[in-house]
Amino acid sequence: MNLILVTFIILLAFTSYYFGRKKALVIQSSQRLTALPKFYGYYLAAWCAAPALIIFALWSVFEPSIVKTFILQDYTDQNLTKNELQLIYTKVKALAAGTYTGNITNFLDESANKYIQLKGIANSAKVAIILAILILSLSFAYRSVQKNDRMREPVEIFLKWVLFVASLGAVLVTIGIVFSLLFEAIRFFQAVKIFDFIFGTHWYPAKTFVRDGQPDPELMKDAFGAVPLFAGTFFIAFIAMCVAIPIGLLSGIYLSEYAGRGVRKYAKPIIEILAGIPTVVYGFFAALTVGPFVKEIGNAMGLEVSAESALAAGAVMGVMIIPFISSLSDDVITAVPQNLRDGSYAMGATKSETVKKVIFPAALPGIVGSILLAVSRAVGETMIVVMASGLAANLTMNPLESTSTITAQIVVILIGDQQFGDPKTQSAFALGISLFIVTLFLNVIALSVVKRYREKYE
Amino acid sequence: MLKDIGKNMNNYKKNLLKKRYNAERRFQWYGKIAIGLALTFLAVFMFQIFSKGYSAFQKTWIVTEVHYDKELLLIDAESPSKDDLENADYYDVAYKAMTSLDPGLPEEEDRQLIQMVSYKYETEVKDLLLKNPDFLGKIVPIKLTASDDVDQVHKGNYPRDIPEKNRRVNDYQLQIYDMLNERGDILSEFNISFFTSPDSREAELAGIASSFMGTVFSILVCLAFSFPIAVLAAIYLEEFAPKNKFTDFIEVNINNLAAVPSIVFGLLGLGILLAVFNLPRSTPLVGGITLSLMTLPTIIIAARASLKAVPPSIREAALAMGASNMQTTMHHTVPLSMPGTLSGTIIGLAQALGETAPLILIGMVAFVNTIPGTPVDPAASLPVQIYIWSESAERGFVEKVSACIMVLLAFLILMNLAAQIVRHKFEKKWS
Repeated sequence: MNLILVTFIILLAFTSYYFGRKKALVIQSSQRLTALPKFYGYYLAAWCAAPALIIFALWSVFEPSIVKTFILQDYTDQNLTKNELQLIYTKVKALAAGTYTGNITNFLDESANKYIQLKGIANSAKVAIILAILILSLSFAYRSVQKNDRMREPVEIFLKWVLFVASLGAVLVTIGIVFSLLFEAIRFFQAVKIFDFIFGTHWYPAKTFVRDGQPDPELMKDAFGAVPLFAGTFFIAFIAMCVAIPIGLLSGIYLSEYAGRGVRKYAKPIIEILAGIPTVVYGFFAALTVGPFVKEIGNAMGLEVSAESALAAGAVMGVMIIPFISSLSDDVITAVPQNLRDGSYAMGATKSETVKKVIFPAALPGIVGSILLAVSRAVGETMIVVMASGLAANLTMNPLESTSTITAQIVVILIGDQQFGDPKTQSAFALGISLFIVTLFLNVIALSVVKRYREKYE
Repeated sequence: MLKDIGKNMNNYKKNLLKKRYNAERRFQWYGKIAIGLALTFLAVFMFQIFSKGYSAFQKTWIVTEVHYDKELLLIDAESPSKDDLENADYYDVAYKAMTSLDPGLPEEEDRQLIQMVSYKYETEVKDLLLKNPDFLGKIVPIKLTASDDVDQVHKGNYPRDIPEKNRRVNDYQLQIYDMLNERGDILSEFNISFFTSPDSREAELAGIASSFMGTVFSILVCLAFSFPIAVLAAIYLEEFAPKNKFTDFIEVNINNLAAVPSIVFGLLGLGILLAVFNLPRSTPLVGGITLSLMTLPTIIIAARASLKAVPPSIREAALAMGASNMQTTMHHTVPLSMPGTLSGTIIGLAQALGETAPLILIGMVAFVNTIPGTPVDPAASLPVQIYIWSESAERGFVEKVSACIMVLLAFLILMNLAAQIVRHKFEKKWS
């Protein structure tokens, strides 16, 4: 139904384009045109499609919730909770679609009939309104075409609006992220105190298994302490940085200051391949090769190593991050003005002394910025941790034990079927928002540091 | 006395210089070692994947003889129709085909022989007859898919010298395997079914067709959503946007969006696309939209950069000829910027291609054993398939995962090559 309507509108828009152009050619025989003929076509087509499609979109967004309110009006006197109402509404919809398998009460049957009726009314009303709008807007646009108004300007203004709306898309995505996270997180924090979440030291959401629709508040208090996850996240990111910073920075320095053109031409893209490999592949590598390898070495040294150690996950993550640091610091170092180098050489310094005492301090803000970006990437990395570092949230600083991270727990909680309205599910969104805030914070600082650094030398 | 001090000074200077030169050399070596380490990681990594994965492109068959006995098939008709063959009972025939490998085996032990082929062997017996109805009543050789344990033994991935109770293939089965192998009745052929069959719980039957189609659909949906919006947005921001607080805000927004962890987009897909808009779960449609939100900033940034690279002289020339701003942009600037935009788009899509976490959150990890025909059928995607298989305990899946990774990497390399070609072949150099 909806598909037919949209296709109809679009087809009509195409026809009106040709119609408008033809009309312009007719006008041309008696008077001078005020724009190219195709603008007459665009004008009609835009007036045909835009209002109808906007109304259609708005209708589609609001119709379900309006129908829902109408249906649930009959249940207001029963004193039901929100979840129960939602359940009833799902049943009504299933019954109307003929896929309901539970026992059917009279009341439910009535509601389902009402639902079908409402849907029918809504559908015909939608078609009628959209047809009316099509007729109105087309006749209005056609009058302008007949009067031979200036056609190019309104078309261009319309196009500009289309461009503007598209650029709002990115903002819309951000708003979507913030709202989807906040909405569920707020509901989570109604059930669990925000204080318990931020400072609690036990993460064990499986404990709050919902019985009779009501989780036990006493258990809840102790199950959602996110400290082990925050600690685990930064611990693994720290291990990753221990691998990535020395290797990345040194290779960045070598590539920008020492390497000949040939080495640079081949080594740089090859190192960047490391950044292009999907993270799930790294995860597999960490779980299958690096994890057992670390365990074997540890056992040989008489240490007790878990097969899913933080060390394995962190080290592999570090390898993944090397190219970020190496190419960013390469860029930053290349941007240091040549006269600083020349000055240093003129004083008799060797190349490495110049790098260590002149270029590095000069490039430091940029390097710090790139490291912060890399940390933010490590914090948000998911698959490596899910596959290689275990899922139990231990509060530990031993790299040989398994730890878990924010991202890994989100996956653990949300894999499989989720029930919305369950504090366990909502806790994933609370974790998501803390992750979002942390990475946003790191990015904003990093970007402003890098920007200020660039301005200094440009 | 003074001479001595001079001599000492000279020595001291010489030593210092030596030290400084040594430090210089050391520093260079650090750099070389760092690059060498990074390259070694890559090499080890690639070697591991290839050495583990190449064998998955081979499939092991066990050849035996099957007697399509009418009585055992329970076919009464003199000249049976297709339906009769379809509805016949193949259990006994298939069972006999396997147990005939060792007639001396007591009946209660015959499971050991049956376990050497895939659990779908009965269907294979049936399919052969349906394809060649004239085999009815005859004894013909048949190829049966070996179980993943036998498959691994044949590929040499399975240690034989560990105690029997720790092995999934027991001594008797190994003996039968050796006998068959000597007779040349174990075949190894190119594994077509790896590319044509959907996922399965059994490693020997599992293929990547369903996840491959899932990936293709998600990427197409992602392209359809992100490319137009991103290009339009980039045109607005680069060519028309007034310089004010609001456009600054949009810019900052895009830059930050590019660095949001992918899993957050998965939460967005779950919380809005699934919960609010009620789009179908586990489908490439939702996956593609989620990925498109992720690639949006990447494409916008690439498109803006390539719009910026078009020299102002082009615009000035168009404007001087009386074109409006919109005409200048649409007729001259945008077409000239397209190569850069397209290569940026392909790179963005390649990133989306390898993304796993957001797809897991919107339910694309469900076990799917059908090949999706449309974007609204449930499906997995290649990276998710890698995740699913690597969580599985069976030995046969290890090589499958590696092979799947090889396919994924090949895909990525192709896309990056395409991006390079688009950029170098079509981009105009402004000097």
